[in-house]
Amino acid sequence: MKTVLNEQQLAITIKRLAHQVLENHGKLETTVFIGLQPRGIFVSDQVVDEIRRLVPSTKLNYGKLDITFYRDDVRKEIHIANRTDIPFTIENKNVVLIDDVLYTGRTIRAALDALLDFGRPAKVELCVLIDRRFSRQLPIQADYVGKSIDSIISQKVKVFWKARDGRQEVVLLEES
Amino acid sequence: MQLSTKHLLGIRDLTREDIQTILTTASQFKEVLQRPVKKVPSLRDITIVNLFFENSTRTRISFELAEKRLSADTISFTAGTSSVKKGETLLDTVNNILSMKVDMVVMRHSSSGAPHFLARHIPAAIINAGDGINEHPTQGLLDAFSMQERFGSLKGLKVAIIGDIMHSRVAMSNIYLLKKMGAEVTVAGPPTLIPVHMKEAFDVRVEYNLRKALEWCDVANVLRIQLERQNQVLFSSLREYSLAYGINRRLLESLNREIVIMHPGPINRGVELDSDVADSGQSIILQQVENGVAVRMAALYLLSPQAS
Repeated sequence: MKTVLNEQQLAITIKRLAHQVLENHGKLETTVFIGLQPRGIFVSDQVVDEIRRLVPSTKLNYGKLDITFYRDDVRKEIHIANRTDIPFTIENKNVVLIDDVLYTGRTIRAALDALLDFGRPAKVELCVLIDRRFSRQLPIQADYVGKSIDSIISQKVKVFWKARDGRQEVVLLEES
Repeated sequence: MQLSTKHLLGIRDLTREDIQTILTTASQFKEVLQRPVKKVPSLRDITIVNLFFENSTRTRISFELAEKRLSADTISFTAGTSSVKKGETLLDTVNNILSMKVDMVVMRHSSSGAPHFLARHIPAAIINAGDGINEHPTQGLLDAFSMQERFGSLKGLKVAIIGDIMHSRVAMSNIYLLKKMGAEVTVAGPPTLIPVHMKEAFDVRVEYNLRKALEWCDVANVLRIQLERQNQVLFSSLREYSLAYGINRRLLESLNREIVIMHPGPINRGVELDSDVADSGQSIILQQVENGVAVRMAALYLLSPQAS
């Protein structure tokens, strides 16, 4: 097991992602944030909280999207869906999709399909905590990256969150 | 596989976890149905046949919509206009349809056990859309979903099932499901329409007095009096049934509590339910119909075949 980000580095990385998003989106009037269920929510909660701290007077549109019904491997395994909650329109908005780990790109492909069923956004960007480089199976890339890592298929990236796991860090596991 | 069973033949075969999984998944599909595009691609590679050997409006439309909302290809079959009239057997009919590469079968049949018979002889997943007087599992699930939506939980909920218990597959599926999920159940109706030993066999209360049943319950699931069984003389007239077991506004207002009214449809207005009850704020009959699509999407999605 190798630590990719310890608790302090993780907190700094979240802060940086929030600043980078703000830098590109200005007043956030046409920006909406959408975290991907289930694990992307831990990242999006923290990034959105950080942005709220930075611009406290701005009303943020923040939703959650589950992509289970759009998966391309439904005939291999039936997954149980989580709640989707997007209580605002995304029509003509700048959408920032937030997830924890970008790996094959298949989740993001499904997320884009799911997102378009809610309307036609002006632009969609992707923000991820960890980018596993060189493992993409689809032509998808992130606009905001917490940390890029090189890993092989047999390895697994695991993100621990205080709210759920009692500790906060990102580690690389060797799968046996 | 997320459910413990390959087919949905009856609530009797489901575990508590199965029921919970279906209800949770249904609530996610209910959200899908509020979107601008009310459709997901999950079953776009699946073909489903709806075999209706018995009349149906709600259930058939509900299943067809659920299938289309999941992007499945569908064929609908009604026995009245088919080769069943020429004497083809059930198994032959189904095998011929399956040879055209159909993946799932939704079936309603007037004989109890017809889908169970099919399940033993064909490889496709079968969903029972009502078999004789046995079960109507998706109705039981959508009733439970609607109760859970209204009351938050089924545990400890007091449900009165009122009317023709004897001939009702809806009652059977409701009883199995509600008991498994920890609700309390009373069946109420005239003694001729309630099978003996209900109490012992299903651990439910039996009540012959409508007012007592209504004053006990949180929700009354009122069953249809099956007019097609009128020749069996189980009660003397519809008018007499309505006087003793019909629910009207005056009766509801005279109760010591406010209860929720449900009905699986089609309603015989003026017999088991008066219009001033069926169309009132206390009735969630149309919400039941709305929830039916989401619940059937959940059942179809969870039972859709997986590559082995």
